[in-house]
Amino acid sequence: MPMLEVTNLSISFGGLRAVDNFNVKIEEGQLYGLIGPNGAGKTTIFNLLTGVYKPDSGSVKLDGLDITGKSVVQINKDGIARTFQNIRLFGKQSVLDNVKIGLHNIHKYPAIAGVLKLPSYFKHEKQMNEEAMELLKVFDLESDADTLASNLPYGKQRKLEIARALATKPKLLLLDEPAAGMNPNETMELVKTIAFVREHFKMTILLIEHDMKLVSSICEQLTVLNFGSVLAQGDTTEVLNNPEVIKAYLGE
Amino acid sequence: MKSKKINIKKSTLTTLITIAGIIVAYIIMNTLSNGGFLSYKMQGLLVPICAYAILAVSLNLVVGLLGELSLGHAGFLYVGAYTGAIFTNITADMISNDLVRFILGMVVGGVFAAIFGLIIGSAVLKLQGDYLAIVTLAFGEIIRSVLGNVLYISKDSSGLHFDVNDGSTLNPQDMIAKGAQGITVQRLSTFLIGIILLILTVLIVMNLSDSRAGRAIKAVRDNKIATEAVGISVSKYRLMAFTISAALAGVAGVYYAHNFATLTGTKFDFNFSINILVMVVLGGMGNIPGSIIAAIILTILPEEIRFLGNYRMVIYAVVLIVMMIFSWNPKCIEFRKVVSAKIKSVFKKKNKEVQ
Repeated sequence: MPMLEVTNLSISFGGLRAVDNFNVKIEEGQLYGLIGPNGAGKTTIFNLLTGVYKPDSGSVKLDGLDITGKSVVQINKDGIARTFQNIRLFGKQSVLDNVKIGLHNIHKYPAIAGVLKLPSYFKHEKQMNEEAMELLKVFDLESDADTLASNLPYGKQRKLEIARALATKPKLLLLDEPAAGMNPNETMELVKTIAFVREHFKMTILLIEHDMKLVSSICEQLTVLNFGSVLAQGDTTEVLNNPEVIKAYLGE
Repeated sequence: MKSKKINIKKSTLTTLITIAGIIVAYIIMNTLSNGGFLSYKMQGLLVPICAYAILAVSLNLVVGLLGELSLGHAGFLYVGAYTGAIFTNITADMISNDLVRFILGMVVGGVFAAIFGLIIGSAVLKLQGDYLAIVTLAFGEIIRSVLGNVLYISKDSSGLHFDVNDGSTLNPQDMIAKGAQGITVQRLSTFLIGIILLILTVLIVMNLSDSRAGRAIKAVRDNKIATEAVGISVSKYRLMAFTISAALAGVAGVYYAHNFATLTGTKFDFNFSINILVMVVLGGMGNIPGSIIAAIILTILPEEIRFLGNYRMVIYAVVLIVMMIFSWNPKCIEFRKVVSAKIKSVFKKKNKEVQ
């Protein structure tokens, strides 16, 4: 059974068909790339998968479970976590608290236990701290645990967003242009991080990216979008040598 | 792991320092008062200061932690004050112990205010920013107009009677709530009760802020889209913040009301809500000790400059502007840091010379 199975997914905004009959199958443990020129509908597909938009037609199945049309909160609980193209951290809270917010549905205790500082508060907070610090260690952020998230340098903010997404214990991780705004050094480090996340957490990853170097170095399979519909799909090297793809990216 | 331990201590430390500060302030004021050093005016201000401080802390939960502008806090206060006062009136001959009756009255006021908080919270679930502020403002005014004008309640041997017209159907002898004339209240509020309530409020808000639910509330403030994306319901935590804040305001209302001979609606108008909001903004959004300090200053200041006569409110406004600039202008913050660093370095030098 594929981890993610999307069939005939479509959505229109007014007269614009933003995504047209999108199909994809991602196997467990795969690192899958979604590329395409600006405005091709890549982020719209992420928003459809995570429940921000409800599709006009088509279905999304995660690990066999139909999640089409569910709410954003429910889809995260079902196992899809994401990062954003423009980073969305909880800026006025510490790095550690950002990850602990990601753990919100993993370690639960009622609000009253927190107000009265009951034993269950200390028990769960201790577990949360340990788990969050472990995650921060993986991303080499443990020395920044007490820093405000908005005070982190750009590259670390990207990492923190991935750490926060992983804290929700997802089955599938969606990364929306993780290398956007990074210099070549930071991008190389990011490639290592993504590869490590995949190994360490046995994670299935779907990635939107513009940086061809990054895509060709880590994705095994690719889908190329253009004007909302699939232009090419398959193994990375094949797809990147496809004349249609070269035409869409570079013009004739 | 080490760094986290420091972090826990830091937030707990702020709570402890705040509470210690409140207790020290209580001891000082109480000693002064007993020794006769406190003017009659200042003694009269002690209860309102406590009430305002509780209100500012509770409003900070919505404005500072949740990040939503609420202009109807006086409405929740009035709901609590009204229901609490009715309760202490009705049960006057049933519960002889004043303190027990007063505490139960606070519970009743808190519960009713919480119910209203829940209702308003659900009504504004889809609203944000300016729109939410306008709805809360309207709510506050509606509450004041209805409770403070048209509601008449009387009690006799056969039970409670209500009238929402002019009260002519009720026996004036048994009347508890007399429309615009208000409710006659017993003076039960003391400085000590206020201090205890303030400490409880500080504990509730600060402990909540430091817990799983509090982090979720602050996450809603920082980024709603990301909050939902990590599986946290924005609606749930907005409602929670609104309800707890309203309940605390309701309790403060009961306390505030039992400082007067009669409770009328005219006091709890839009200006009242704005006053509390000013305390929160001046003290710093999300800064609980700041709210308390601002509440103290802004309650005493207008009373102490009464000798200025007609210019009083002008001076009050000017002082407010100066204080706001001094506390929050980035240049002033920088200036304060430079000054405090210099003072520190002077002390260090002296220490070295001594050694």
